[in-house]
Amino acid sequence: MKALRAYAALYLAFLYLPVLLLPLFSFNASHFIAFPLSGFTLQWYRELFADVAMLHAFGNSLEVGAVTALLSTVLGLMAARAVTRYRLKGAGAVLGFISLPLFIPDIVLGLSLLLLLGAVDFPLSLAAVVLGHVSLCLPFALTVLIARMQGFDRNLEEASADLGEGPWMTFWRLTFPLMLPGIAAALLLTFITSFDEFLLAYFLSGTEATLPVYIWGQLRFPERLPMVLALGALILLASVVVVILAEWTRNLGVSKKSVGA
Amino acid sequence: MAFLSVQKVSKRFATLAAADAVDLEVPQGAFFALLGPSGCGKTTLLRMIAGFAEPDEGIITIDGAVMNGVPANKRPTNMVFQNYAIFPHLNVFDNVAYGLRKEGLGRQALRARVEAMLGTVRLEGLDGRRSDELSGGQRQRVALARALVRRPKLLLLDEPLGALDKRLREAMQVELRGLQKSLGITFLLVTHDQEEALSMADQVAVMSGGRILQIASPRALYERPNCREVADFIGEINFFHATVKSVEGETVTANAGVLGLLSIPKPNFGFGFALGDHILLALRPERITLEGGTVAGEITAASFLGERSHYQVRIAGRGEPVFVAASGPAPPGAVMLGWNPADMIALPFGA
Repeated sequence: MKALRAYAALYLAFLYLPVLLLPLFSFNASHFIAFPLSGFTLQWYRELFADVAMLHAFGNSLEVGAVTALLSTVLGLMAARAVTRYRLKGAGAVLGFISLPLFIPDIVLGLSLLLLLGAVDFPLSLAAVVLGHVSLCLPFALTVLIARMQGFDRNLEEASADLGEGPWMTFWRLTFPLMLPGIAAALLLTFITSFDEFLLAYFLSGTEATLPVYIWGQLRFPERLPMVLALGALILLASVVVVILAEWTRNLGVSKKSVGA
Repeated sequence: MAFLSVQKVSKRFATLAAADAVDLEVPQGAFFALLGPSGCGKTTLLRMIAGFAEPDEGIITIDGAVMNGVPANKRPTNMVFQNYAIFPHLNVFDNVAYGLRKEGLGRQALRARVEAMLGTVRLEGLDGRRSDELSGGQRQRVALARALVRRPKLLLLDEPLGALDKRLREAMQVELRGLQKSLGITFLLVTHDQEEALSMADQVAVMSGGRILQIASPRALYERPNCREVADFIGEINFFHATVKSVEGETVTANAGVLGLLSIPKPNFGFGFALGDHILLALRPERITLEGGTVAGEITAASFLGERSHYQVRIAGRGEPVFVAASGPAPPGAVMLGWNPADMIALPFGA
């Protein structure tokens, strides 16, 4: 029992100590990342917000993340509806293939996308990054949405039809509001996945850098390192907030037994 | 043509025939019940009438209009679902108002219409409740109000009382019946509960294996079942094997083995028969007396049910007991079973 507790403590320390070093050194008044700490400063944060290239890359990441989130959630919603509402031949196989990008190494996925886009003369750009990210994020969206869709009673949709509504109004008046927590969770999850993603963006972004690609570029300059730490600390904070938000919305209404029973 | 007409409708799921050339005519303003054990095809038939399933063959018409190919949202029917299917994200008022969108009522007219309907099903004051804040009986009323507020030509009810406890079920049976009579809307009820069907409906169709066995009034079903399956499904009954001995005028004499020779009125035979035919004679438990009869027996089991008691009586030469329902206490010792031959229902042996 004691050993188990020690193991758990060790594990958590291994997991989170490095992550906690990030914000710690981002306030340290020295270029060198070493103990002892030399004093408190906000200099790196000031430099960060004065860095136009960084802000531009940040904007790119927001843009890519938002478009990716929207696309993968809409596609995921349609796929989830198809899988849960109709008896489709080969639905299992299709679902498997959709989930495959989760298991293919990103570097393989990135290389193959690079080759494909080159072959069809698609310019390396933020749009290319979005394409890559959607293939990566769709499985996440799909998993969340299918779970939510399975949670509600088919009779509800039949009741809506019975009360005079066609498929389109049934979707807007019934399915969409009931799916809303799942949709919000899928949006947040896919956004954060895209926002944090480096490898595909590195391969596909061309001249426009996303934030992770920009950070990677900055690592060549030792004097820029504290600023990158400050940036990392901020991204960490935002990620934690978004993930907590996603979990919270995903479980909305689920605690009240199953939906619509 | 009848108000609701189902003509030669068939529906197969893989190899199972859920409906096998079903014919059904329901007059306007009737309270009609489809009665049968689970899996007999009654729910499939209801879903085809509602538009949730299409028949493989046959025609369904409502008020003269052919319904085949018409989607559920364009049919003049509304349904009370078995699990009520109350929309969980809407309150009672919005659930009931859901189906009125296309009528384009103003706020006040909409409110008046919904409130009036909530009054009809006795749900006044619950407008703001959500489905998880309602009792089973209240949910049932919301489902009913939501369907009736659209003033359908035909209301479909899929086992509407199955989820309620016994007391509430009996109260709702009376209430549904009263509602149907006062609104004059045609009700089509699907149920596996014979008591529910018999107590509410004007006409009952008994289904089994995708076919309709008999369509009759509740009393006629009970007193004149047309086959063994219907007789068995509607209430308790005793069957006796017999052969037709002779026919004289309006009286048929049958040899019923241990019961001896019986003279049965010819009208009790609802089917064609010949001398020597093997037939079944069916007799309800409450039509048998324990005293003053001709067949000796002994009581092997008795259960007291208040207004009447049920007895199992063993008679010589018969493996299974005879079921008897009688009011008052049983006589001590051996009993002499008696009956009026006119109460014997003759059924074909094969069916």
